[in-house]
Amino acid sequence: MFRRLPEAQGESIPFTVDGVPQLARAGDSVAAALLAAGIDHCRTTPVTGAPRGPYCMMGVCFDCLVVVDGVGNRQGCLVKVTEGMRVETQRGKREIGR
Amino acid sequence: MTAQFPTSNTVSYDIPGQCDVVVVGAGPAGLAAASLAAKAGLSVLLLDENAGPGGQVYRAITASPLAAGSVLGPDYWSGAQLAQEMLASSAHYVPGATVWALNADKVLNLSVAGRAYEVKAGQVILATGALERPMPIPGWTLPGVMTAGGAQTLLKTSGLVPKGRTVLAGCGPLLWLLAAQYLEAGGQLTAILDTTPKANWRAALPALPGFLASPYALKGLALLRKVKAKVKIIKDVTALEAMGTDSVRAVTYTTASGATGRFEVDLLLLHQGVTPNVNLANAAGIPLVWDEAQACFRPDVGPDGASPVAGIFVAGDGAGIGGALGAAERGRLAALAAIAALKPSSPVLGEAPQVRAALARALRGRAFLDRLYRPSDAFRRPAPDTIVCRCEEVTARQITDAANLGCSGPNQLKSFLRTGMGPCQGRMCGLTVSELLADARGVSPAEIGYYRLRAPVKPITVAELASLPQDDSAMKSVERG
Repeated sequence: MFRRLPEAQGESIPFTVDGVPQLARAGDSVAAALLAAGIDHCRTTPVTGAPRGPYCMMGVCFDCLVVVDGVGNRQGCLVKVTEGMRVETQRGKREIGR
Repeated sequence: MTAQFPTSNTVSYDIPGQCDVVVVGAGPAGLAAASLAAKAGLSVLLLDENAGPGGQVYRAITASPLAAGSVLGPDYWSGAQLAQEMLASSAHYVPGATVWALNADKVLNLSVAGRAYEVKAGQVILATGALERPMPIPGWTLPGVMTAGGAQTLLKTSGLVPKGRTVLAGCGPLLWLLAAQYLEAGGQLTAILDTTPKANWRAALPALPGFLASPYALKGLALLRKVKAKVKIIKDVTALEAMGTDSVRAVTYTTASGATGRFEVDLLLLHQGVTPNVNLANAAGIPLVWDEAQACFRPDVGPDGASPVAGIFVAGDGAGIGGALGAAERGRLAALAAIAALKPSSPVLGEAPQVRAALARALRGRAFLDRLYRPSDAFRRPAPDTIVCRCEEVTARQITDAANLGCSGPNQLKSFLRTGMGPCQGRMCGLTVSELLADARGVSPAEIGYYRLRAPVKPITVAELASLPQDDSAMKSVERG
């Protein structure tokens, strides 16, 4: 759904999404890195279980909530990818203890 | 009050306990306000949720992977000056800082990297900017449907452009700007579905001379020509639906003449203008007023941003939409008022006339844009089966049913349906809810009002709260609201 412009190629940062290795560009938010990797689903809703993906990219819609390094309810568009980061799809509401 | 901490132009999580002026938001208004207050010799703390300065309009202005002067256009790159001025000033800038509370005593609570802090301000300038107006159409919650502004953020911060079949739908300058930027970057667009109501031209024409004299006119017209020459445009679109089950697969449309059509899509980008981000201002006790010209609620502030809560100002698009150039001047006006309160002898106050003149220039043409790009009723008050509250998945029908059962307004609706009580705190549904209820009850949105917003204005964890110092002031900041 998105491609990176040739002029914007930069240092690659390895991270994982649900255990699958992916590459982000240095400076990418988690939400941007997911979309760049062709992943448009990042959570299911607590109410009906419907799939959602990043929507506003500015921290106001909360549709890009993901589990980052074992911590749930992180706003993917406000968290920068770091090397080795473990990103997981969030299923429903945040689980107690993570 | 005097400076409580050494000046620094480096990024730091060293949050001072008090300071002369706290500015919230590092977009054009906040950057200009912080720079000017610092120039007057006041201690300034600039708090911003993003990773770098620029706000949304100049997002990633100091860190964009795109070459300066390219794709994004000169208006974007002009924002670098505001950011550089702030970074070179004595203002203490903290990125990644989420302000979640502010009270009438001008005490702010914020979180940085999972830890909460409390700051007492002499004066507060809220420059929280704008949000994209909700554009609730059936299917707008599907993955693959995003806001045009969100897609533009991906371009600015990460150099991402759409791949595959892409449709832009809606109205407003940002839609056309984004299309032009994609074309400049070598991207392709399947179509633009233009929802600008034809009837708007009648209302807008009297304001056309003002627009033609504005800094936006020539650039805007050139941009429209460029996009229209290269992209299929469907005009007078009156209804839209995003189709798909797990992701968006197609968009269907109806035009004013009754024609219908469908495009298969991989990405659907929606936009119908921007409205003030009012959550923190209202939670601080600043009343909201309905602005009929802009069809939105805005904080009740005067021309220099002064609010009914003494010492708290609202500047920039967060106080009513005026655009980026105007926002910077409104930031300066608020800073001048804050300086006048704390340091009435400052020579910086002599800059007021030129700031006011620059603001008048920047706001020229706004009335034309407001009238031309006012979204139609149908796109502000959606069809019954459309989800309005994305967090709690509440439809327009449920909301009008509640009104018919006697629900009196948005705050009572929270008890009926939980609208506005999810993590976005009404940012995605508030205007739609107020307009639907007003319509169902046959009154104006001004009468029906908006959600009463409260701290914390962004979700925080109990652990963050517990990280505050355990003193009376901290207890009060948690109790209030």
